[in-house]
Amino acid sequence: MIPAPPLALLAELTHRCPLRCPYCSNPMELARAAAEMSTGEWADIFGQAARLGCLQVHLSGGEPTARRDIVEITAAARAAGLYTNLITAGVLLDAGLVERLRAAGLDHVQLSVQDAQEGGAERIGGMKGAHAKKTEAAGLVRAAGLPLTLNAVVHRQNLHNLPDLIALALEWGAARIEVAHVQYYGWALENRDALLPTRGQLDAATAIVKAARSAHQGRLVIDYVVPDYHASRPKPCMGGWGQRFLAVAPGGEVLPCHAAQSITGMVFANARQTPLAAIWADDPAFQAFRGTGWMPSPCRGCEHAERDWGGCRCQAFALTGDAAATDPACALSPYHHLLAEALESAGESGFRYREFSARR
Amino acid sequence: MTPRFAPGVRLQHDQARQRWIVMAPERMFIPDEIALEVLRLIDGERDEIAIVATLAEKFAAPAPVIAADVRTMLDDLINRGAIVK
Repeated sequence: MIPAPPLALLAELTHRCPLRCPYCSNPMELARAAAEMSTGEWADIFGQAARLGCLQVHLSGGEPTARRDIVEITAAARAAGLYTNLITAGVLLDAGLVERLRAAGLDHVQLSVQDAQEGGAERIGGMKGAHAKKTEAAGLVRAAGLPLTLNAVVHRQNLHNLPDLIALALEWGAARIEVAHVQYYGWALENRDALLPTRGQLDAATAIVKAARSAHQGRLVIDYVVPDYHASRPKPCMGGWGQRFLAVAPGGEVLPCHAAQSITGMVFANARQTPLAAIWADDPAFQAFRGTGWMPSPCRGCEHAERDWGGCRCQAFALTGDAAATDPACALSPYHHLLAEALESAGESGFRYREFSARR
Repeated sequence: MTPRFAPGVRLQHDQARQRWIVMAPERMFIPDEIALEVLRLIDGERDEIAIVATLAEKFAAPAPVIAADVRTMLDDLINRGAIVK
């Protein structure tokens, strides 16, 4: 059976980034600059993705503007007919670059923010001077007439500032804010004890989001991603593995989910050698957890199977060692108790910051 | 009024699925046939009266009837944040 075409492409242009966020979604083993694909290789992938059915591309990283050819890459994505989002930390933007990106056809900017105030933001992001640069970047994006989304990743150490983060979105002229609780694999799993929110923090945050949605209706859209450690049903991760989304890593590896490389032992095809359409249609990594046929009990035959698709494969692997297990976020998982235990042992304050591993 | 697309919003042809789609920051929606007729005439130049006149001619329908439809459609698109006045 030929799968329905994907809707979105995540293009991880580079793993290089001036920030060192302890919950970075990049793999623990970061790709170095020498492994990155060229402008032309990305342009070709954008064309293939659009023909395959992708409607939009997220130009991401690492920090996508760390690439000197980010303007050419943006132009290539637009030329392929894709709606083009830039997912940036903002610290490398200046007025000239923002204007060149706008002229290249950039549709939308998503700017990350680590906390509402400078001190916390710079401790969490691990970069001095970042917060002032982000403030400036937001102004440049708005001055260029580009729509702005603020991406606020929230966790134990900044949730008390959620009202200020929402105020910051309004102050910076964002039309949207994503309040995204950290998801725990890779770097975030390493820092889980420092990042997991308490039940009280989560409930307070949910109430704050609800109140802010009605207070700012028509002015600010608030998207809210909940942390599944407090849940009893897993999230429908990626809208189902290999069903709506594909990611391409800096070196060309084609992934069903940006965190899929955290599943050790899984082999991914490379866009440098294999057409995207062929990978999407029948690459073993995409087929592995597509649909419901792979599901073990208690997912198999469960009434939620086609709603949550068994949850997150990366989380299942990270917590149980088996990527085909039911996501432990599900109350029906025999490993569900692991989440409660993790919540009980949380409370560290120090971070292990993201970094490139020692050269081999 | 002269409607135009909100920043970051545009009408895009979805080749793979043979349909038109309104793309917006982190969301998309599929316009129905009437909305699509209106959306295709929004270029930041045509005002509402010109849009109504064009559609009245195209569908050989009385302008007041078309005008009511266009009004409803524009209000809906404005509420969704896709169109600004």
